[in-house]
Amino acid sequence: MTGIRDLAPVIRTDRMGRRLGLAVAAGAAAELAGLGLIGSAAWLIARAAEQPPLAALSVAIVGVRAFATSKGVFRYGERLAGHDVALRAQASTRERLYRALIPAGPLNQRGADLLSRMVDDTDAVQDLLVRCLLPAAAALVTGVVAVTIGLFLLPAAALVLLAGLLAGGVLIPAGTSAAARRWAARIAPARADLAARVADLVHAAADLAAYGANGRALAAADEADARLAALARRQARANPLAAALGVVTQGLTVAAVILVAQGAGVGTVATTVLALTSLVSFEPVLPLAAAGERLTGVLAALRRLREIRSTPPAVADPAAPAPVPTGPLTVEVEDLVVRHGPGRAPALDGVSLTLTPGRRVALVGPSGAGKSTLLSALMRLVEPEAGTIRVNGVEIGDLSADDARRLMTGLTQDPYVFQASLRDNLRLAGPEAGDEELGEAVRRARLERWVERTGWDAVLGEDGRTVSGGQLQRLALARALLHNPPVLLLDEPAEALDEATADALMADLLDATHGHTMLLVTHRLRGLERVDEIVVLENGSVAQRGTHEELVSSPGYYRDLWRSEALTAGR
Amino acid sequence: MHKDLVRLARSERAVRGHLALCLAAAVLAGLLVLVQAELLAGVLSGRFAASALLLLAVVVGVRALLALVQGAAAGRTTTGVKSALRHRLLARLQELGPVRPAAQRSGELVTLTGRGLDALDPYLSGYLPSVAVAGVVPIAVLVRLFAADLTSALIVLVTLPLIPIFGALVGMHTRAVTERQWRALSRLGGHFLDVVRGLPTLRAFGRARYQAEVIRQVADAHRSATMRTLRVAFLSSLVLELAASLSLALVAVPVGLRLLSGSLDLPTALLVLLLAPEAYLPLRAMGNKFHAAMEGVAAADEAFAVLDDATRAPGADAAASAAGGARAGSARAGAAPETGAGTGAGTGAGTLGATARHVNGAKIADAAGSPNGARIGNGAEPEGVAGADAPGRAVRAPEIRLENVTVRYPDREEAALEDVSLVIAPGERVALVGESGAGKSTLLHLLLGFVRPASGRVLVDGVELADHGSWRDRLAFVPQRPHLFATSVADNIRLGAPEATIDEVRAAARAAHADEFVTALPDGYDTALGERGANLSAGQRQRVALARAFCRPEAGLLLLDEPTARLDGRSESAVVTATRDLAEGRTAVIVAHRPAMIDLADRVIRIADGRVVADAPAGERQPAGTRGEVPSR
Repeated sequence: MTGIRDLAPVIRTDRMGRRLGLAVAAGAAAELAGLGLIGSAAWLIARAAEQPPLAALSVAIVGVRAFATSKGVFRYGERLAGHDVALRAQASTRERLYRALIPAGPLNQRGADLLSRMVDDTDAVQDLLVRCLLPAAAALVTGVVAVTIGLFLLPAAALVLLAGLLAGGVLIPAGTSAAARRWAARIAPARADLAARVADLVHAAADLAAYGANGRALAAADEADARLAALARRQARANPLAAALGVVTQGLTVAAVILVAQGAGVGTVATTVLALTSLVSFEPVLPLAAAGERLTGVLAALRRLREIRSTPPAVADPAAPAPVPTGPLTVEVEDLVVRHGPGRAPALDGVSLTLTPGRRVALVGPSGAGKSTLLSALMRLVEPEAGTIRVNGVEIGDLSADDARRLMTGLTQDPYVFQASLRDNLRLAGPEAGDEELGEAVRRARLERWVERTGWDAVLGEDGRTVSGGQLQRLALARALLHNPPVLLLDEPAEALDEATADALMADLLDATHGHTMLLVTHRLRGLERVDEIVVLENGSVAQRGTHEELVSSPGYYRDLWRSEALTAGR
Repeated sequence: MHKDLVRLARSERAVRGHLALCLAAAVLAGLLVLVQAELLAGVLSGRFAASALLLLAVVVGVRALLALVQGAAAGRTTTGVKSALRHRLLARLQELGPVRPAAQRSGELVTLTGRGLDALDPYLSGYLPSVAVAGVVPIAVLVRLFAADLTSALIVLVTLPLIPIFGALVGMHTRAVTERQWRALSRLGGHFLDVVRGLPTLRAFGRARYQAEVIRQVADAHRSATMRTLRVAFLSSLVLELAASLSLALVAVPVGLRLLSGSLDLPTALLVLLLAPEAYLPLRAMGNKFHAAMEGVAAADEAFAVLDDATRAPGADAAASAAGGARAGSARAGAAPETGAGTGAGTGAGTLGATARHVNGAKIADAAGSPNGARIGNGAEPEGVAGADAPGRAVRAPEIRLENVTVRYPDREEAALEDVSLVIAPGERVALVGESGAGKSTLLHLLLGFVRPASGRVLVDGVELADHGSWRDRLAFVPQRPHLFATSVADNIRLGAPEATIDEVRAAARAAHADEFVTALPDGYDTALGERGANLSAGQRQRVALARAFCRPEAGLLLLDEPTARLDGRSESAVVTATRDLAEGRTAVIVAHRPAMIDLADRVIRIADGRVVADAPAGERQPAGTRGEVPSR
């Protein structure tokens, strides 16, 4: 069974096997106590009707009281142990998933919705344990014990009970599981369609309202909802059917057991005990129909997680990483070719570039020219198809990815704000930094006014203060400046800022990074006369390179852009 | 029980019937268990012949049938309630308009309206029936027990209330703690998601591995705290379990002893043994379903909070049409009593909290065709309004006049726009500049009718904006990040003109410099966009949005919100050229950052902190970065 394979690594850790065993034992004991309670009570009453001496009943009386008391205690133990195991399993599943995600992989391209589904999927292990495995184990033990009791009293009746329990505990759950699988495949597209319509209405509210298209969009959502509801109504018949079959199985099994027992003439006491234990032995078995249904979803989630874990990282670390180069760093990029997927046009097609210590190089070019891809290659987030990147003569492919990023990192595309204080959001780039250094980074990123207003301890991120695009960009820049890597990479540091702020920020930045090895991606040319070299990328290759003076005096993308910028800015 | 939810279920006729059927089937099936116990006891004690087993089979069959009926009815109830609630939520969101306070995060609204409502399933199809059963079956069992054996009945009668009493006592004691812990659990999930989402950033700064440790520590700390809580919280179920099983023992042992003494017969004794657990079972079943149902209650609370929240909308769609009431009473003076809607809006709007009902009333009245002009206190029949619906009308660039307009958002202290007065002449092209957050977008939203002034007036061709019934038919809007729908390119372009022919769509695309790349797509204008379709670059998306505007040739007012904010030089110039053509012969208000866009304008208005700080013809524009040097109006 696939689920077990996913559980194995979870169980191996943290003495989980023992804890799980304890939970199973407590659950089974609780069910058995219930069985014992009804069995001994049935025996007590049926036997008492024969009016034996009181002593003959004393064991049963003790049994009734003991089972009655212990049932609740065992149940309590089961719930505690079960939840403990589930929480541990979930924690270790999440940690395992996280560790699998640490090396950069194609996952980086996944959307936010996929990520949150992935996190939801980690609950599957918890459900597998608490809602599938534990109930199944308890039902199994109960069934075995009930059938064994039956074997002692009347083997024929025991066989009837066994047949009934198998139907209720195996066939019906198998049916619900199959139905859930079939319906999941049919309902998922309808659900996704509805979600898309709803997202349209919410995210595109302005577009729809401005163009008077609200009514049409609402009607489309209603239609999608109606389609989903029609499917859901049909799906909703599966579980009641299972419940109905369960009721019939239980009732007919009990009736058959009585018929068999009375036919065999085993007497009122044995018949009563057989009938009532049969009746009660179904109690842990019938809920397995719901477990079967849930199991389908659980297994699908586990399969998705397994796929994620087994996706090879985009960049493999070498078996024996080379030592990290020290001293002033020279980065040489030679004929670099990067492709974002087989069959796609290369994002970088033979790019060469040299960064000597203290040299500042700017990368410009239209969007999609490969600027960010080059930064990704330097940060060892993508594996080049051909060409080399050397740092002081060491190929970065021979370094571990972490070490490569220790040398070259900075402001990346799509920086993220964590649900944490402003201070912690900044300090993740410099865990050792004191308040003074934090303040300096913030000042250099032109963020000090906002920080003053917001306060260092204000919580940012989803549950906290909203951060505008410009603030986020400057926060990310402050992180990069605080981190201060040997080779600073900056991807569009002035994006999402207004002209005046962007100009001031670039001027500051170029002041502050004087003498610092830096690769700067930008689409604004103002200030670039101060960098040592400008590389113009177009369609993945170097179209032009040189200083600002050289580039403005020769025809091409750079001069066109410079002229249009100068023209419109009135310079 | 959730009052709003039950009210909703009652108000929808179809749902009401199915819910009643579902509850009735559940109760009936519960009562049949009594009959089943009666038959079993009779057969086992030998009072009934074995042939009574046939009757037992029939009872079981009927119970199975009732389970089917209950399930089908429950399915119809849940889908019915969810559809109704979803429809109301979406309609309400549209009323609230596109400008929502930050407190309502779009993502959450999408989740709530979509998957979130599924949390109602266990409440409606599990909890409600179990409540009905718990209300009827224990009493029926007690009645039967009293008829059969007084002593046992008394024991059950005395112990039965222990379950709700203990449940409530322990529940009260642990509820707050438990709830806090469950919230912490969801926060833990949030923390994990947060870290996973931010992984690229962590990776860039070499903190990814360190966070793995943090994840473990947070989870461990959380687990210990949770288990401490659960040890207490689960006491409630321990007590319930004990109460039920000990009560059975309390009944069974004396019954056995009385059988021994001959003061009770076996059929009655067996009946008591079989019936007694059935008295407790429904209460425990209800308790078990309670927890899953609580998620549904939370979802319902959230949904009804959105539905009931009228105060949040500074300028709901609906409010815009009823905004007359916001003008200090002038509307009320002239309100014709023809529908009462105008009056309703007028009275209600004195406070911003004009309840949804009033506003809705006004909207419905408008939709029903009540003449808008009738509510205008200051006369001036709007000539533009009457004919605005007529197709094929020539472009008429409107004049826009703002008189001392102040806009406030309920969740913010400072005004978004403060005492702004402006006149934009017909055909004038105005660039709005200023720092982000200064109020430029609010001004656009004001003209779009997404927000309404807290004080002051917005006049279009001399008539107050609120009274232009189909005002938005006369404008074209290009937002900063236009939303492209997961449908064909052509349908995306004809968003504001669903009747447009493919030739008109092409013409619009050509004018927007979009025809070339659209034709190059795999299926041309029929290419589906979005997740499963083609992806367009930012510049291309912007040009599709411009094509939308071109596809509305009758629009006299053009509103653009930083259409080139994220474009590189070459994409920018295509968008700028297209915008220049589009603005021809129209009144245009353009929020702009970039010089190329600002240069399109005849006039540049700088806004800071919600006020106009500079207003000058484009030629006299001061260098970017200075402000306040041109006298404000």
